[in-house]
Amino acid sequence: MARTVLNQADVQRALTRISHEILESNRGSSDLVILGIPTRGVDLARRIAAEIRRIEPGSTIEAGSLDVTMYRDDLARTTTRTPHPTELPAGGIDGKTVVLVDDVLYSGRTIRAAFDALADFGRARAVRLAVLVDRGHREFPIRADFVGKNLPSSTDERINVRVAAIDGEDAVTIEGGR
Amino acid sequence: MRHLLSTKALTRDEAIGLLDIAEDMAAVQEREVKKLPTLRGKTVVNLFFEDSTRTRISFEAAAKRLSADVINFSAKGSSVSKGESLKDTAQTLQAMGADGVVIRHPASGAPHLLATSGWIDAGVVNAGDGTHEHPTQALLDAFTMRRRIHGAAARGKGLDGIRVVIVGDILHSRVARSNVWLLETLGAETTLVAPPTLVPVDTAGWPAQISHDLDASLAEHPDVVMMLRIQAERMHGAFFPDSREYSRLWGLDDGRFAQLPATTMVMHPGPMNRGLEIAAAAADSPQSTVREQVANGVSVRMAALYLLLSGGLD
Amino acid sequence: MAATIIRGATLPDGTRADLKLEGGLIAEVGSIAGASGAETIDADGLIALPGLVDLHTHLREPGYEASETILTGTQAAAAGGYTAVFAMANTYPVADTAGVVEQEARIGRAAGYATVQPIGAVTVGLKGERLAEIGAMAASQANVRVFSDDGFCVFDPLLMRRALEYVKAFDGVVAQHAQEPRLTQGAQMNEGALSGELGLAGWPAVAEESIIARDVLLAEHVGSRLHICHLSTAGSVEVVRWAKARGIAVTAEVTPHHLLLTEDLIAGYDARFKVNPPLRTAEDVQALREAVADGTIDIVATDHAPHPLEAKEVEWDAAANGMVGLESALSVVQAALVEPGHLDWAGVARVMSATPARIGRLAGQGADLVAGVPAELTLVDPAASREFGLGDLRGRSVNSPYLGRTLPGAVVHTFHQGYATVRDGALRPADEIAALAAGSER
Repeated sequence: MARTVLNQADVQRALTRISHEILESNRGSSDLVILGIPTRGVDLARRIAAEIRRIEPGSTIEAGSLDVTMYRDDLARTTTRTPHPTELPAGGIDGKTVVLVDDVLYSGRTIRAAFDALADFGRARAVRLAVLVDRGHREFPIRADFVGKNLPSSTDERINVRVAAIDGEDAVTIEGGR
Repeated sequence: MRHLLSTKALTRDEAIGLLDIAEDMAAVQEREVKKLPTLRGKTVVNLFFEDSTRTRISFEAAAKRLSADVINFSAKGSSVSKGESLKDTAQTLQAMGADGVVIRHPASGAPHLLATSGWIDAGVVNAGDGTHEHPTQALLDAFTMRRRIHGAAARGKGLDGIRVVIVGDILHSRVARSNVWLLETLGAETTLVAPPTLVPVDTAGWPAQISHDLDASLAEHPDVVMMLRIQAERMHGAFFPDSREYSRLWGLDDGRFAQLPATTMVMHPGPMNRGLEIAAAAADSPQSTVREQVANGVSVRMAALYLLLSGGLD
Repeated sequence: MAATIIRGATLPDGTRADLKLEGGLIAEVGSIAGASGAETIDADGLIALPGLVDLHTHLREPGYEASETILTGTQAAAAGGYTAVFAMANTYPVADTAGVVEQEARIGRAAGYATVQPIGAVTVGLKGERLAEIGAMAASQANVRVFSDDGFCVFDPLLMRRALEYVKAFDGVVAQHAQEPRLTQGAQMNEGALSGELGLAGWPAVAEESIIARDVLLAEHVGSRLHICHLSTAGSVEVVRWAKARGIAVTAEVTPHHLLLTEDLIAGYDARFKVNPPLRTAEDVQALREAVADGTIDIVATDHAPHPLEAKEVEWDAAANGMVGLESALSVVQAALVEPGHLDWAGVARVMSATPARIGRLAGQGADLVAGVPAELTLVDPAASREFGLGDLRGRSVNSPYLGRTLPGAVVHTFHQGYATVRDGALRPADEIAALAAGSER
């Protein structure tokens, strides 16, 4: 049975905190690009961008999206994945600080693919990573800069992230395992 | 998707899914780095038994932009005249480790044979077989129509209610066949206009109206007019008296073009016979999609290769 | 040779009888008392038919022995219940001289599985330009009575007229391959909705029907016998029906595959289904079945056309036309004509044995199973059912359209010249049969 780890209020609190942390580490929202990784990362990125605009009046930051499907290293190992659009802010990423946003950080392979994808769009000054959940089990030397919740899990457990814009509610649940 | 052999076999979801991926591929064409690493390590063979530089380079560009290795295998001449059979060629490609084969062949059904014979494991893309089908051409045509009509909001959409008139040698046209099935699947209404000699004897099962009167069909102000190339060899088969009469009755000349609404798209799969089936004014007008069709061809073929070659499991 | 007694066979008319074979003849038919020394075959449940006679077989020898030889072709024939085959003339060299036809007949006799009756070419080299030495072939030891350019149409109307007239001198018949060449240039399959969809060049029915119409009128005009090979369309049936009503001396044949298979099978571009004339529509199949039932079509002939694998494992346009059919013919006829009620077993004996022998003027074949006639017969189990497979093919080529299809009936025994060529469903070895054949010639 699925067990709820973060409820609606927890998710919103986590996003608000991450937004503050991003602003703090970037010293404001200038030259900042927020890119969500489809599908749920895109919604989380939009919400972080909205938080930043709320926290820092005058900011016009909009989130974009970065699809990494074509850069994955497991394309030959699974069924064909359907790609999603990539939408970058008008100014591009050259010289900017890019914050990648994803729902769950696990093996790190998605983020590795995201680095390759990003390189094809330009040269960011710095790349940061924000995730709602870090469940461990990394297979690459990758760590998140901004984490909603660390959630140590076993590999036979499933972490489900639900977001209001897609799933009708915000929630993080865990199921399976012992 | 294992092979792309015909549009007749495509479901609406499959067709729209492919067109949507082609939109993503088109976005890549607008970047500075126009290449994706997706098919790195895969080998795509362009197996052309018929000359078609345009189609070959389009597939070649598509495969290369997905980082596949491309081998061009020009095997002009049929198996009989050449001495090497399709089977032997296929087994050669299999031994070379081809992951995808793009085949153009003068015999209808040759791609089907290649895909179903068991001679080769590769995914097969039909790049035009005899007078049967040319599915990627129809897909790029549909992609072009959808973009012109829906613009940036094209994703997920079909061609519902769009009225398309296809003019020319329907009998021998694989482009027409592939378009007829795909347009039906996507919800468009198709009218085929040709002299009776250039229409198959029995089209009762085709989801299209047949007309022999181009002016009447154009008077209905279709959304799309697609002119087909008239092959030189048809001039000698008693299909019509001569090129002058063909042009006068079935060509999109200046007068007919002037009667069309400014919103009507003028399409042509190329290469065009200017002055025969299409006047220069029509071909070069803003209504003409000819150059877009070429650019979109690469995007659609990237989408097809991606769908065929990226999945390791079915 | 010891006598053979076949016990309890069902004759074509439905009655049951014992048959005694002795000295190459059917010695006795009726209720036969046990005879010492006689071999006995239990034929309970089996139908006895006069040995089948195929008016249209391609044996490929001389010239194309990679596809079939006279030996392997007649082995396929025996396995299918045939005791005589007419060998088409499109060999290499073409059977257009007495020498070639005599050689074919001689090889067939020595092989001993079935009577090989050569067909002579109408024109030299099948080229449709000038008449072959029809008289020499007729007068040869091969005794040729059927002349055909099969594979090609005798298209020149004047040449066709002359051929029809000329063969009268020898009681011969011209078997026409009715195919208008201009209307079928590059043709790949029946012209209709499916050809348009598949993008295969159409082979219109009118290309067959127009030649048949022309030729029945020519035959009427010159008072000659005419035989039409492999009718394949409903329109052809109508033309022949009209001609027969007019009293024209025309006979017509249909192949088993045109009685069972339709063009739909071509949708997968499998060249096993490529044949000349092409597979047609379900309506054509129905018309052909009814035409056999009402006598418009006189006979069923196989058009057994062996081809090597490499001629079929190619793209459709490049593939050879033709199907092997000797081994499957009787089963297909049972499925297409007997089971739907178009024909009873007496009818089968008529269209697959008696009438083809009569059209080809072949003595000693196709006779009713009565005392005194040559012992040419086959025993069939109509209750059998099998998935037709490679093991059922006994010729050299495997281009059968029926592989993997379930067919009714099975040939259990075949007797030629009084000896069994097939016993208990198994073909007897070539050396035994050759020895028996040599013995029966003496």
